[in-house]
Amino acid sequence: MSVVLVQIQSCTVDMIRIKCPYCGERDHSEFSYGGDASIKYPALDASESEWTEAIFFRENIRGIQKETWHHTNGCRLWLEVERSTITHEIKSVKPCHPQIETITKNKL
Amino acid sequence: MTSTRLDKYGKINRDKVLGFSWDNKEYFGYEGDSLASALLANDVKIIGRSFKYHRPRGVMSCGIEESGALVTIGSGSKTDPNVRATTQELYSGLIAKGQNAFPNVNFDIGGVNNYLGRFFAAGFYYKTFMGLPPFEWGKGTGIWMVFEKIIRKAAGMGSASKEADPDSYEHAHDFCDVLVIGSGPAGIAAALEARSKNLNVILIEQDSIIGGNNLSKKNFDSEDINNQLKSNGVRVMTRTTAFGVYDNTVVGALERVTDHVAQPSEKLPRQRFWTIRARHIILASGALERHVAFNNNDIPGIMTVNASRQYLNRYGVLTGKNIVIATNNDSVYETAKELYEAGSKITILDSRKKINIDLPKGINHHLNTLPFNINGRKKIDSLDVCQSSDLNNKNTIICDQVLISGGWSPIVNLVSHRGVKPIWNADNQCFVPGDIKENITVVGSAKGIWSTEQCVQSGFVGANEAMNKLGIHKKEISFPSVGGWSNSIKSLFEVKSNKFPSKSFVDFQHDVTADDVRLAHREGFISVEHLKRYTTLGMANDQGKMGNIIGLSLMAELLGKTIPEVGTTVFRPPYTPVPIGALTGRNVGKHFRPLRVTPMHQWNIDHGAKMIEVGLYQRPWYYPENNETLSESYIRETTIVRKTVGVCDVTSLGKIAIQGPDATEFINRIYTNPFAKLPIGKARYGIMLRDDGIVMDDGTSWRLGENEYFMTTSTAAAAKVMSWLEELLQTRWIDLKVNVTSVSEQWAGAAIAGPKSREVLNQCVENPNKITNENLPFMGVLSTKLKDGTPCRVVRISFSGELAFEMYIESDYAHGMMDLLWENAKKLDGCLYGLEALGALRVEKGHVTAAELDGRTTIDDAGLGKMASTKKSYIGSAMRKRGVLSEGDREMLVGFFPINSKETFNAGTIVCEQHSIKGQGVGRITSVTHSPELGHWIGIGFVKGGLEKWKDITLVGADPVRNKQMEIKVVSPHMIDPEGKRMYA
Repeated sequence: MSVVLVQIQSCTVDMIRIKCPYCGERDHSEFSYGGDASIKYPALDASESEWTEAIFFRENIRGIQKETWHHTNGCRLWLEVERSTITHEIKSVKPCHPQIETITKNKL
Repeated sequence: MTSTRLDKYGKINRDKVLGFSWDNKEYFGYEGDSLASALLANDVKIIGRSFKYHRPRGVMSCGIEESGALVTIGSGSKTDPNVRATTQELYSGLIAKGQNAFPNVNFDIGGVNNYLGRFFAAGFYYKTFMGLPPFEWGKGTGIWMVFEKIIRKAAGMGSASKEADPDSYEHAHDFCDVLVIGSGPAGIAAALEARSKNLNVILIEQDSIIGGNNLSKKNFDSEDINNQLKSNGVRVMTRTTAFGVYDNTVVGALERVTDHVAQPSEKLPRQRFWTIRARHIILASGALERHVAFNNNDIPGIMTVNASRQYLNRYGVLTGKNIVIATNNDSVYETAKELYEAGSKITILDSRKKINIDLPKGINHHLNTLPFNINGRKKIDSLDVCQSSDLNNKNTIICDQVLISGGWSPIVNLVSHRGVKPIWNADNQCFVPGDIKENITVVGSAKGIWSTEQCVQSGFVGANEAMNKLGIHKKEISFPSVGGWSNSIKSLFEVKSNKFPSKSFVDFQHDVTADDVRLAHREGFISVEHLKRYTTLGMANDQGKMGNIIGLSLMAELLGKTIPEVGTTVFRPPYTPVPIGALTGRNVGKHFRPLRVTPMHQWNIDHGAKMIEVGLYQRPWYYPENNETLSESYIRETTIVRKTVGVCDVTSLGKIAIQGPDATEFINRIYTNPFAKLPIGKARYGIMLRDDGIVMDDGTSWRLGENEYFMTTSTAAAAKVMSWLEELLQTRWIDLKVNVTSVSEQWAGAAIAGPKSREVLNQCVENPNKITNENLPFMGVLSTKLKDGTPCRVVRISFSGELAFEMYIESDYAHGMMDLLWENAKKLDGCLYGLEALGALRVEKGHVTAAELDGRTTIDDAGLGKMASTKKSYIGSAMRKRGVLSEGDREMLVGFFPINSKETFNAGTIVCEQHSIKGQGVGRITSVTHSPELGHWIGIGFVKGGLEKWKDITLVGADPVRNKQMEIKVVSPHMIDPEGKRMYA
C-alpha cells in the first residue's frame, strides 16, 4: 500500500501569509503550492512540442513571479499569487477563475 | 577565587531561601538567583569540564554566551543537558550536575587529555582516520565505527535522556505593529516611544526580568520599569528569546514558561514556540563583552568584567577578593570602582599607553600592561603580566580572580539571519550591523553605541524610524554615532605565548586554541568557513559568541589582512538552542498526524478486525478466527470469497460528486477512455493521466443522471485527484460549467464479492428479486433501498475478479448496512475480509494499485493501453506518445511465479537475468501474495520488454535486503479466470 503524503502542520516558522480573497489572510501552511501561473496550457489536441513547452520549460525568475496556490485547508479556491522569489513578499492575490474573481470582489 | 555573598548588594529576595543540589550536594540560594550566582555565592569554583581536554571550567560570563558553566538540569526523563548555569533561574529543589566528567567535575579522569593536547589539535580526527603510517592503519570507516563510541563518550557535552520527553510544548502566534527585542535602555526607550503613538507594541526579553545591561547597575529597579511599560500598554514577554528573524518581518521566539518553576502546573506547557508577525522590528539586543586569548585563560576564576558587575549588583555576589582586571577599553572602570567599594583588592592592567581616567587611590593601575599567563589549575593562584612591548619580562601578581574585557561585540546575529553583512568598525574594534532594507531597525549597543544616555537616545530615534517606515509620520531622524568611550579602544585579541603548545583559548566551548587557528592556517584552511569546520571554532552551544572575533583576528594577522577582508562566518538561526520538543509542539504521539476512521470503524473492531494504517486511514487488515495468524486469516478469507461471498469495508476510497451541464465533457477530458456515451445508470472503469502522459490514478465513474456523476478514486490519490479536478476547472477550463464536491466522508461503502454476492444483496434490499443479471449487469448502477427503507446505491463492479458489488450508503447508516450484509453473508457461509485478502484477490487478477501506479508507469506499461482512446483528446494524450514513453524495452506489467512452488518472495525483489544478478536487473516485483487458488506464492510487477520477451525463461528474483534469491518465471498478470467468466456471471 502506498503512503499518503500527509501535510503535517509545519514545524518551522511560518513566514508567508496569503490574503485569500474569500477567507481572508491566512498562514501559508493552509495552502498548497501549485505551479507557474503564467503558463498557457495548450488545447488537448495540440502537438507534443506545444505540450512539451508548456510542461517542462520554466523560467527561473528572480523577482516577481506569478504562481498558483490552492487553499487546500480553506475554501479550496485556486489563487493566482504574485510573489517575489527574493523576499517572499506577496504583491497580489486573486482567484484564478475570472468569474470567481468578480464574485469575491463584490463580496468583499 | 573566593566568592562571597554580600549583605547590602543585589536584587535577590533574601526572605525566600531556595535549597538545590549540585553534584549530589545540597546548597542554598535565594529567589532571584541564577544557578551560576548561587554556586558562586557558595564558592563553587569548578562547574564544568571542557570539551576535548577536560580542563576544569568555572563561570565565565553572566548570560547566554556562557561557555564554561554548562550543566545538566533535572533527572530521569526530565534531564536537560548543556544548560547554561548563568541563565538557569534557581528554584527550590533544582537538581544540577556537572557534565563531560567522570567521576565528577572536580576530579575528572578525562583530565589526562589535557596533557595529550598536542595529539588532539585541530583536524585530529580527519588525520587519524585517514590512516596511520606506514600502512595507513585504521584507514576508512571500519576503525571509525570502533572508536566512534569511545570518542563520543570522551568528548563533548552532556547526554540527553533516552526516555520520551514528558513535557508538553505549544505553538503560539502573535501580531504587533512594533516588536522590540531586548529590554536594555535602548529597547525600553524604543518601546515606550512607539507605544506613545498608540502602536501595538510587544517587548520581548530573554531574561526573567526587564532591564538588560541596566541589571548590572546598582540602583536600577526592574520592577519599576516593568510597571511603567505595562501601564503604558506595552505587551511585555519575559523569558522569551527571539531566536531567528525570517522573511516578512517574522520573528521566531521561544518562551520558557515553566523552566524556572519547581512544581509546574500540569496545565502549562514547558515552553512556547512563538511566531510573531511584526510590521516593524526594533532590535535592541545589546552587545557581548569579549575575552582575550592568553595562556591558561580558562582557569576557573576568569570572567568578563561586566559579568562580575552583574553578579555584584544583581545577585549580591562578590566574585573575588583579590581581583586583576585586564582591559583594552574604558568600559571596565565603573565596575572596578564598585568592586573596590565592595571590598575587593583591585589591580587594573590596561593595554593602552595613555588614558584619562579618575580612579580611587586604592586601585592599582598599570598602563601598557598585558595579562600573559595564569598560574593555577583548579583555581587562580596568580597572574603573570608583561609590558605590551616586551613579552619576555614578566611580573607575577598574586590574585584569586582575573576579569577580562577585550572589547565589546554588538549582537548582530539576528540581522545576519536576514543576509545583512556586518561591517567592521575599526575605531571601536567591533562589527556593527550593515544597511538593512527591510523594516528592521537596530538600536543601542547592538549598533555599537556604548553610553547609556546615547543608547536611550538611539531607542527613541529607532522608534521614530519605525514610524517613518510604517507611514505614521515623516520625521527627520539622526542616530547617535557609534562608540562613546572617552579614550579609544586599542585592539587586543591575543597575548602570544612563547610556549608550544600553549593553552591559549580562542573558543572555550570547543577547546579551540590560538595554536589550532595557526595550525589550520599552515594546513591551508584559511577561508573563515573552512577555519570554522576544521577547528570547530564557533560551533556548539554558544555558536562562537565568545570566540569568533578572536579567531578572525588571528587569521587576519596570519594572512596579513584586515578583519573585514577576512570576513565572518554567517550566523544562522537559532540564536540560542531551541529544544526539538518546542519545534514539534503538540504534533507528537497520536497528534503527530490526523487519524481517519471509516464510519464502520467500531463495527469492524466489534467484529474482530485487526486494523492497519493505510495513509491516514485505519482499515480492517484481517479478521482472525480462533487465534489465526495474519496469513492463515487472509488465506481463509481469500478462499471463502472465491467460494461463497465476503464483505469488506471500502469506505476509504475517494468519492467525488461531479455535477453540472458540462459534467460529461469534463469527465471525458480527464479519463483516457471514452465516457461521452456512458448511459445513465452505468459505471465505467477509467484511467487518468497527468499532463506528462504518466498514469495519475484509476477509479470508476458512475453516471447517475444527465448532468451528474459519482467518481471513485484510489484511497492513496483521493486528495490529489480532488485538487487536480479543482485546478482544471478553476484555472484551465474556466468555461466548463461543472462543480466538483468531495463526498468521501458522506458515503460509506462495502464490497460484496463472491459467487453468492448477488444472493446476499437480494436479502438486504427491500425487494428480494430486485437484483438480477439483467437489471444490474456488469458495471450497472442501481439506486435502491435497504430492507429498512434506507436509500443506498449499488454498483456491480469487481476488484476481486468474482461476481461482485459495491454498496454505498450515507455514512450515518453504515453500521446498519454492515449488520444487514453480514447477517446474510453469514447465512451463506460467507466471511468478512480485510485489506490483506483484498490485496491477494487483486494480485491474482493482476489489478494495479498505487504500488504499481507509482508515478513512473504509463498506461501501456500497466497493460491497459487499450483503454487509451484514439478517437478523442484527453489530459496526457499528446505527451503519452512521446518517444521515451514508447520505447521497446520499457518495464511492462507481468505476473511472477516461483519456479519452485514452495518458494516465497517479497515485494521489492529485483528481477535479474540468471547470468547477471546485479544492479537494477531487468525488472522488479511490486506486490506479492500467497494464492490459495493456485497453491503457491505469486507476484505482479514489471519487467523490461514484458511477457513477450521473457516467456519460458527462468529469471532470478534477488532480494538483497533479506539476503535471498529464488528462481522465478514471468507469466501473464491475469493469473485467475483471465476471460472474466466469474465476473460476468
